[in-house]
Amino acid sequence: MGNTTSTPLVFVDGFDAARPGLPGADLSWLKDIREAGIKRFNGLGLPTPKLENWKYTRLKSLEDTRFQPVTDEDGMAALDHVPSLLPDPGGRPRLVFVNGRMRPSFWIEGDLPSGVHLECLRDTLARDPDWAEAYLGRLTGDDHQALVQLNTAMMDTGFALRVDAGVVIEQPIEVVFIGGLTNRPVAYFPRNLIVLAAGAQATVVIHHVGMGIGAYFANTVTEIDIGEGARLNHYKVQAETRDATHLSTVHVNVAKDAAYEAFTLSIGGRLSRNEVSVRLEGEGARAGLNGAYLMRGSEHCDNTTVIEHLAPHTTCREIFKGVLDDQSRAVFQGKIIVRKEAQGTDGHQLCKTLLLSTGAEIDAKPELEIYADEVKCSHGATTGQIDETALFYLRSRGIPEAQARNLLVQSFVGEALDEISNEDVRHAFTDKVLHWLPAACFRSDEWRGK
Amino acid sequence: MSKKKAKKMLEIKNLHVSVDGTEILKGLDLSVNPGEMHAIMGPNGSGKSTLSHVIAGRDGYEITGGRIIFQGEDLTGMAPEVRAAKGIFLAFQYPVEIPGVANTTFLKEALNAIRRFKGEGELDAMQFVKMMRAKTKELGISDDMLKRAVNVGFSGGEKKRNEVLQMAVLNPTLAILDETDSGLDIDALKIVAEGVNKLRSPQRSMLIITHYQRLLDYIVPDKVHVLAHGKIQRTGGKELALELEEKGYAEFDEAAA
Repeated sequence: MGNTTSTPLVFVDGFDAARPGLPGADLSWLKDIREAGIKRFNGLGLPTPKLENWKYTRLKSLEDTRFQPVTDEDGMAALDHVPSLLPDPGGRPRLVFVNGRMRPSFWIEGDLPSGVHLECLRDTLARDPDWAEAYLGRLTGDDHQALVQLNTAMMDTGFALRVDAGVVIEQPIEVVFIGGLTNRPVAYFPRNLIVLAAGAQATVVIHHVGMGIGAYFANTVTEIDIGEGARLNHYKVQAETRDATHLSTVHVNVAKDAAYEAFTLSIGGRLSRNEVSVRLEGEGARAGLNGAYLMRGSEHCDNTTVIEHLAPHTTCREIFKGVLDDQSRAVFQGKIIVRKEAQGTDGHQLCKTLLLSTGAEIDAKPELEIYADEVKCSHGATTGQIDETALFYLRSRGIPEAQARNLLVQSFVGEALDEISNEDVRHAFTDKVLHWLPAACFRSDEWRGK
Repeated sequence: MSKKKAKKMLEIKNLHVSVDGTEILKGLDLSVNPGEMHAIMGPNGSGKSTLSHVIAGRDGYEITGGRIIFQGEDLTGMAPEVRAAKGIFLAFQYPVEIPGVANTTFLKEALNAIRRFKGEGELDAMQFVKMMRAKTKELGISDDMLKRAVNVGFSGGEKKRNEVLQMAVLNPTLAILDETDSGLDIDALKIVAEGVNKLRSPQRSMLIITHYQRLLDYIVPDKVHVLAHGKIQRTGGKELALELEEKGYAEFDEAAA
């Protein structure tokens, strides 16, 4: 069963053959949503600049690359170490995916309390298909996002995290997606589910990292449901190879008095887009949606966010900092919607970009859409260069120019990094920023000062 | 001990400097011996800040004529960080805020950069902390000011004291204080002046750049120069400052007219 493919996926030939081997191929409901996904994707096609929120990011290069599905051998690519973000993965849970395939030998179960279920998508579909059916696709909204449809059709990897009511996970859970270790262009489609029941707390660190030089396409969808009074810290580093395409879509529901804190650090990838939609559904729900992007060469990074206030006294805070060198380009589209019911909303959005070269470019589009009367909302977008007075100040104290420039970049990005409440993660992300800097000559331990 | 003639600390000869094509300094001469403290006074727009910036090596100032000789070496074309390593320090009129970088980190980077340049070993964390303790105690500066980000949220007085602290740590041979009195009330001014006086030494020269005489009540110069219209118009002893306080700079407006 499951080996008849009624609708061919036009995006990539060769994928139809892979479909019978996809996780949950024996589940008829899953087969149905995959079929629907294919049909819908074929109807929509890849997003083009004709769509309002795709005006500044073109996916033409995807159509020109003959991506192939990953194989089991790809998942076993030789690897001398796992690039953990956190200093000592000792007791910390860690999931590792290589070229889109789960790599069980690197999996650390860690000290997870009871009431926590952490497993790869394939296992969830095998062990608890009813739960998966209840959640998969529940939060992805309408069917207008072609990349979500594509992911639904092809999802072949990813993880599910379930935390029962009141359970607090102290240790951050790290999920590593390693790409680039193939000799041909591959595509993979992680689908992640994070569901926190009332009062639960978790910190998840997602690390997308390119280790080889191969071109690949990661199309990720993450659905997050945060129950009443629960809290999720969701941190992500995207450090793909310079030939990689990373397209990520995240949908988050935040219930009454619950909190969602996110930080996305983008430091690598030819083409990347992080699209996040947050629905503040319950009274008192809070979101902190922050990030930083540091790009060079001809890299392109797009951060598109929508925060929707649907209930009274909901708050959001959004700070993005960008550093663009060479011919790199970035897009920031940040929309805050305040529905009529959402009286007493407090929203604050800021996007600042530092251009290190005259060839770099940012398109920033902050948007407020307000239908309630009692709201406090602000937004701002600025673009500038290194402050020459500050540079002179540092140099006049003996700090060489290259080092002084690095210091000012780090200072600039620091304002966003400060939003990360988990100290270990803040340090790890600060290290990533320092390593991005040219000829990094700082000792990171000293920069942690605060 | 046979002593050869002491080298000049700073010798500026017929200096012409333009900014965006406009000539600001028009043939300035100045000579400072080791250990001396000179005050440069002048009205707004006379070129005082240009002089301080051009000695420290800021970009955007074009030297169209003349020379700046520091301890026998021509500074023309030298990067600001090299000048700093050779012993020039500029205390800023408006010290710059650097969010996210702790003051102590900044000072350590600066000091070690200078030590590397001179071929001296870098100080390790322990040595640095010990040295900082001595300096902050001497200048009455709180530990809190060291932990905070550079100049962020500092009061006007704290910013200027931080400049004095940097001077104490980097130990320059020529310190230029650019309008150090601006934005300070009298109590803050006294504290800053006290710090500067503690750093006076026979090996260190200082240039105090100021519009007003009041700073010179607390920091007593060896010589006072009046800078107007891009040139030193008059040089005298400390009493010249009092005279300027009384009469203002009107006389020099006429001199140029």
